[in-house]
Amino acid sequence: MIDTTPWLDALHQAARVRSDAAGLPTRRDEAWKYTDIGALGVASFPLAGRPQGSLPTVAPLTTDALQLLLVNGSLQVLPGAELPAGVVIGRLDGKASAELVEAHLGKVIPAEAKSLAALNSGLFDDGVLVRVGAGVTLERPIEIVSVGQAGGDPLAFHPRCLLVIEDGGAATLVERHQGSGRYFSNSVLEIALGAGASLRHYTLQDESPEAVHVATTGIELAAGSRYAGMLVQTGSRLSRHETHAALAGDGASFELDGAYVGAGKQHLDNTTFVTHTAPGGKSRQLFKGVLDDQSHGVFQGTVRVERAAQKTDAHQLSKTLLLSEQAEMDGKPELEIYADDVKCGHGCTVGDIDETALFYLRARGIDAETARQLLIEAFLGDVLEKIAAEPVRTAFAAVVGECLKGAHATRRTNDHHQG
Amino acid sequence: MLEIRNLHACVDGREILKGIDLTIPAGEVHAVMGPNGSGKSTLSYVLAGRDGYKVTEGSVLYRGQDLLAMKTEERACLGLFLAFQNPVEIPGVTGVNFLKTAVNAVRRSRGQSELDAMQFLKLARRKAKELGVGEEMLRRAVNTGFSGGEKKRYEALQMALLEPKFMILDETDSGLDIDALRVVAEAVDSFRSPERAMLVITHYQRILDYIVPDKVHVLAGGRIVQTGGKELAVELESTGYAQFTEQAA
Repeated sequence: MIDTTPWLDALHQAARVRSDAAGLPTRRDEAWKYTDIGALGVASFPLAGRPQGSLPTVAPLTTDALQLLLVNGSLQVLPGAELPAGVVIGRLDGKASAELVEAHLGKVIPAEAKSLAALNSGLFDDGVLVRVGAGVTLERPIEIVSVGQAGGDPLAFHPRCLLVIEDGGAATLVERHQGSGRYFSNSVLEIALGAGASLRHYTLQDESPEAVHVATTGIELAAGSRYAGMLVQTGSRLSRHETHAALAGDGASFELDGAYVGAGKQHLDNTTFVTHTAPGGKSRQLFKGVLDDQSHGVFQGTVRVERAAQKTDAHQLSKTLLLSEQAEMDGKPELEIYADDVKCGHGCTVGDIDETALFYLRARGIDAETARQLLIEAFLGDVLEKIAAEPVRTAFAAVVGECLKGAHATRRTNDHHQG
Repeated sequence: MLEIRNLHACVDGREILKGIDLTIPAGEVHAVMGPNGSGKSTLSYVLAGRDGYKVTEGSVLYRGQDLLAMKTEERACLGLFLAFQNPVEIPGVTGVNFLKTAVNAVRRSRGQSELDAMQFLKLARRKAKELGVGEEMLRRAVNTGFSGGEKKRYEALQMALLEPKFMILDETDSGLDIDALRVVAEAVDSFRSPERAMLVITHYQRILDYIVPDKVHVLAGGRIVQTGGKELAVELESTGYAQFTEQAA
């Protein structure tokens, strides 16, 4: 539990007033047109108390990871290892690195009334602070694991993290969301990258099948900084992952790739807002999803290039493979360009498995099911391959592989042949 | 090996094959030549079992079994191999993964033990070397970014690994320059044996300089309109197909 400080109280208070007055967004709100966040009754889920009983243990994805464990939003385990000079990994309590926290917390993500980030700001009770000092390269990956543990009754929690990498610093962050039972996890992660700083960020949303997952990630990029992210969504009943990137300094670079697998009645939403305010920035996004059964996918991507952001190079692409006739995809890529010398592109495709490729594989003796599996894995493999850290890539690919197998098992063989 | 009787087939409700009779015994190479649109590729797809190619009449016996009742993959496992006119690019699937899956599927169906990764790599490297296929092509995604010549050599590599009994070459010469054609055709010709048979589908005669056929059939308007020896191919090269297209029309 965090000890409060006056400014933190003020942040809580202001946010509470905002979100109480506004309530949860509904499908009448443009940004929430495709995702009904209130549908599963999360508004009435009581706030989780302190976790009771023994703590779960989660094996880190990489043996050298500096692992932090949050249970129902409350920070339970901090890495014991000695940290290099200039690195702080601790509790977000407004006391340690107070100035740093005050300078960034609640500032990276725009404070909009009807936002889940505002709800988090009003209610978060504990959190994580990571600081990588100027010029420091943190070799060991930081791994933040958020575990939801709900028993008989549903519960809600609001994990909060702040990551500041100062000028010229570099780090790798692995973020994992998982759990059991019925819960509402509404997390906020704010990332501030100083000039020339760089971050690799790998996120795996593998929440409980009954969970409602909302995550808002804000990234502020100063001049020459680089962000490379990978967002994999396989879990939850309903999820919305929102990324807000602000390329505020000259020549900043933002790359975000996404892969998701939906089955059953899952609803998976990827929403991004990328704003170029300074010249020479580069942003690239590639989202690929496989949707089976009656699952529903959403990709909303807005790229805004302001007048000062000349020589911007921005690209976003969403590709979806529908494996069932009941699966559905809503795609809304948007470009808002106010500068005249830019290179921007976007696209959205929704399709079926390539029948020609399927025939080619079968003509070599590979049965239809295996051939289909190979093609689906290849579709997502293309994205997952971009994970530079080998153990992370293997672990993420394994989770995706299992999901595809699961999705596969629920489907009847749909194998035509001449007779 | 293969007995086609009165084969009729439709694509999108339009009849393309209008009663084909063709018998190819083991040990023989037959060429089917014909103008564009005569049904050559349709014949190869029908034999391989592609979706959307509907047989409306006739029968095909392959090694004594009803070929048309089998799925595409069952035909392949029984030794039928179609070398594609346009081998399909499959990004994201590596050659090693694809070839190993195929080889083991065929081995399983023959009651042979599956090859593990090491055994397979050893075999694939040896065959690739024999065919002049660079080892890096095994690591790359299937056909992705390959040149025309590389794609056809890759088809020959698959042939070498799967050891089929009956090969259909669908315009293998298309998109190849003279040198690439010779390399691929000689590789294919080296698979000739008394236990195997081959159907070479082509528009031009030149591939038949390397794979000399026992018989040549002319396909026009969905029917075999003439059959002869290898000299028929040479004759067609000078006379063209006009006589047959008029006849078919």
